[in-house]
Amino acid sequence: MIEIRFHGRGGQGAVTAAEILAKAAFEDGNYSQAFPHFGVERRGAPVMAFTRINDKPILSRYQIYDPDYVIVLDDGLVEVADVFSGLKDEGSIIINTQNEKQPKDCIYPIDATGIALENLGVPIINTVLLGAFAKHSGEVSLNSIIKIIKETFPGKIGEKNSVAAKVAYDSI
Amino acid sequence: MTIKVMTANKAISEAVKLAKPQVIPVYPITPQTSISEYLAQYVADGDLDAEYIRVESEHSAMSASMGASGTGVRVFTATSSQGLMYMHEVLYAAAGMRLPIVMADANRAISAPLSIWNDQQDSIVQRDAGWLQTYVENGQDALDSILMAYKISEKVLLPSMVCLDGFILTHTVEPVEIPDESQVKKFLPPYKPKHAFLDPDWSMSLGTLTDPEYYMEARYQVEEAMEKSIAIINKVTKEFEDIFGRKYGLTENYMCDDADIILIAMGSIASTIKEVINDLRAKGEKIGLLKLRSYRPFPVKEIAETVKNAKKLAVLDKSILFGMGGAIYNDIKSKLDKETYGFIVGLGGRDITPKEINEIIEKTKSPVRDITWIGLKGGQQ
Repeated sequence: MIEIRFHGRGGQGAVTAAEILAKAAFEDGNYSQAFPHFGVERRGAPVMAFTRINDKPILSRYQIYDPDYVIVLDDGLVEVADVFSGLKDEGSIIINTQNEKQPKDCIYPIDATGIALENLGVPIINTVLLGAFAKHSGEVSLNSIIKIIKETFPGKIGEKNSVAAKVAYDSI
Repeated sequence: MTIKVMTANKAISEAVKLAKPQVIPVYPITPQTSISEYLAQYVADGDLDAEYIRVESEHSAMSASMGASGTGVRVFTATSSQGLMYMHEVLYAAAGMRLPIVMADANRAISAPLSIWNDQQDSIVQRDAGWLQTYVENGQDALDSILMAYKISEKVLLPSMVCLDGFILTHTVEPVEIPDESQVKKFLPPYKPKHAFLDPDWSMSLGTLTDPEYYMEARYQVEEAMEKSIAIINKVTKEFEDIFGRKYGLTENYMCDDADIILIAMGSIASTIKEVINDLRAKGEKIGLLKLRSYRPFPVKEIAETVKNAKKLAVLDKSILFGMGGAIYNDIKSKLDKETYGFIVGLGGRDITPKEINEIIEKTKSPVRDITWIGLKGGQQ
């Protein structure tokens, strides 16, 4: 079973990203589960969301404490949330940042905000990071990610987000 | 048949759409809210032909549900926590008047302290109202239980509460199979009331004042109906299995046959317990789970039969009857002569991981007290 923890701020779309990832993983033929950290969500406050992917039905009904992957939507969160907490030894972190130099080898920086501004015109980075995750991890296909993005955001918004996810995928 | 990744709240709403209630009086409350939103959307879009009543409170939601059900139509409502508490007096009336209303309760703790997170205290304290109560384990169970609840309630003539853990199920997406309408039509044809209902061409009163000559008999009839519902639930779950292929019952017995210790629990926690049991069985430990699906009626005979060879029982409760332990623990203790330990878990959304389940098993092997609060900061006096 693969466990992914998202760290974001309320309004950045961490919960939506976790759900898109679960739906895409199911599309790939896996079982999946996604849920928000059961907190009171306020715009700007640190939030978490979780996704599990498995080839068998998932029985775990608790939060993710030892993730295989961590996805950080806002590099400012590293200061306020323990994004490294419980990360498996072979685990890795994808972080939205413009700072290419990171203190640990397991951290993979991506300028998701830059990609989003270029392709969407707004700094909405959740779908961008899913594209990056698909390439980095190989745990989910880009095709499925794009299919679910288009289902989640019908019309032009979905098209643009799909392009942004693909750009992120190709940039890794 | 389609399988989609969705929350249990969405699964409940899909089930309601398939069951085709004609009246839906509902008041939103976290974490039930998205059920009321999905249903409003279905009605507005014409996908569900129902009267959607935006009532001003939960007390009114249940009162309107009673009025509607009294006219002999299928009714659905949903609530949670404080909303369910606010319905309390009307719940008794709905059951006493033998109205087959189906309601979803998104299990959430009760204030104070104020909490929007999960435990089962809200529905547990309604257990004596005369409603049938089913606790579901996952999104599929939530969907299926709504369909079965209508069929059961309309035969038993008692209302049904389908209880799903707030956030842990209501806000978690996972694959859920939506049955075909044709299958549902076969399983759950439109409701045709046989007995008392309001009809302008055949006038009668429902819920009238009852003097001491009749009150006890009316209450005894509820007692009898609750007793008889056991056989009806078994029949309906079998019919469900024949049509949809998914097996349900009053309980689910997981690796109980040769178990030395059997855990007893309700709702979503059953999944985590199964995960722990799978690990322990691989190490040769004989642990089992008795998941209660039906809390009311309380399936005493079925439980006694399942646990007859076990040495010890560990009962997990997400509720507390102060000074007495949890509700399920008390029911088990009053009906079964067995070495039993009670564990209070997950109140107000405290997360329950395999670590806590293992701790419960260890504390059942080497008990120090009858009732243990698990994960309590500062420990127990």
